[in-house]
Amino acid sequence: MPEQQKVARFEQLILPHLDAAYNLARWLTRNEHDAQDAVQEAYLRAFKYFDSFRGPDGRAWLLAIVRNTCWTWLQQARARELTTPFDEEIHSVETDSSTPVTLLLQSADTQILRQALEELPADFREVVVLRELEGFSYKEIADIANIPTGTVMSRLARARNRLKQCLRNQMAKEP
Amino acid sequence: MNCSNTQNLIDAYVDRELDLERNLEIERHLEDCALCSQACKDHQALRDAISASSLYFKSSANLRKRVQSSLRKASRAETARNFVPSRWLTLAASLATVVVVTWSVIHVFSVPSSDDLLTHEVLSSHQRSLMANHLADVSSSDQHTVKPWFAGKVDFSPPVEDLTKQGFPLIGGRLDYLENRPVAALVYQRHKHVINLFIWPSASESDVPTKAVSRQGYNLFHWTQSHMTYWAASDLDKGELQEFVQLVQNQTSPGS
Repeated sequence: MPEQQKVARFEQLILPHLDAAYNLARWLTRNEHDAQDAVQEAYLRAFKYFDSFRGPDGRAWLLAIVRNTCWTWLQQARARELTTPFDEEIHSVETDSSTPVTLLLQSADTQILRQALEELPADFREVVVLRELEGFSYKEIADIANIPTGTVMSRLARARNRLKQCLRNQMAKEP
Repeated sequence: MNCSNTQNLIDAYVDRELDLERNLEIERHLEDCALCSQACKDHQALRDAISASSLYFKSSANLRKRVQSSLRKASRAETARNFVPSRWLTLAASLATVVVVTWSVIHVFSVPSSDDLLTHEVLSSHQRSLMANHLADVSSSDQHTVKPWFAGKVDFSPPVEDLTKQGFPLIGGRLDYLENRPVAALVYQRHKHVINLFIWPSASESDVPTKAVSRQGYNLFHWTQSHMTYWAASDLDKGELQEFVQLVQNQTSPGS
């Protein structure tokens, strides 16, 4: 493909997913500047490997690259975050927490929800963002994050339980 | 379906990732169980809150410009590197034409066929059955329990064979959905590997010989025999799965 044509095709198929790329990078890096750097780097990588793009879903293809770029970045910059294992003991949902989340959410504002999501471990945040904000199926998430579909399901379940617990804690703090 | 099963599958249920039968079972349980019903509402509320809140970070016009300009720069660098003297260019251009023509021809003939779509469907069903721990609606190694179970659930009677002696014990049967119709799924096992054998009446009168496909590390075999279409899917290696397929074909062929 001539270079000029390649650029045009790339701009037509991949560039429109800039919002999705930035949103994922912003949630993974939790920082505006890092997210922008990661997105730029991911786009350059995507351009370089554009010949291997077989369609049809440019968004999923791009997000797999964005996600890998962010993880490499996270590994270099914050080795600690990745090596903190998810501790089932600490994070398990207390069975006596009986307040329905439905009620909590009625009064929870976006800020509390945002904070709860930011505090999730990165691999949990990732599946929540891909599922709830991008609307991908389990299978598509599995392909993007390169994990088995069963893992997508269990990560989502645990992430959601953790979010509920965070919300309960937050609400308990406030009068 | 009890509370613990329901709790395990509630995320997949809320996300509409479950198969038909499982979905119905959960709905039936939710009608009777206030606790699970509340848990389900909680999940739904959390999902709605996350997608309704302004949690989505939009990119800025600045970032767009930045990305675009870095792409153009990379593209220019690429062009410069690829620069070649003009007499080579003529040769390269004619070669390129051959490549493009060949590619187009291949491309025209590689449009996904109905077989490809069905392969994808079968593979998804196979993966789904493993994911949700939902292998069998009727768990039995007895063919005389499994076969009658399908009566009234599908409008045909699938041939059910016990292949335990040959090293492929029958685990049970399941109702599944392929090509917009309910089909019988028989579940067999070989060591730790699960084999799903999907069966439904064939639209064509004649038999179709066995074809093998490999996708994403799974092996699939399909054929049509005595007015029934068969698809076998497993992560078993090709040779062993083929052995299984031959056993099924010998057992179900008329006169055997």
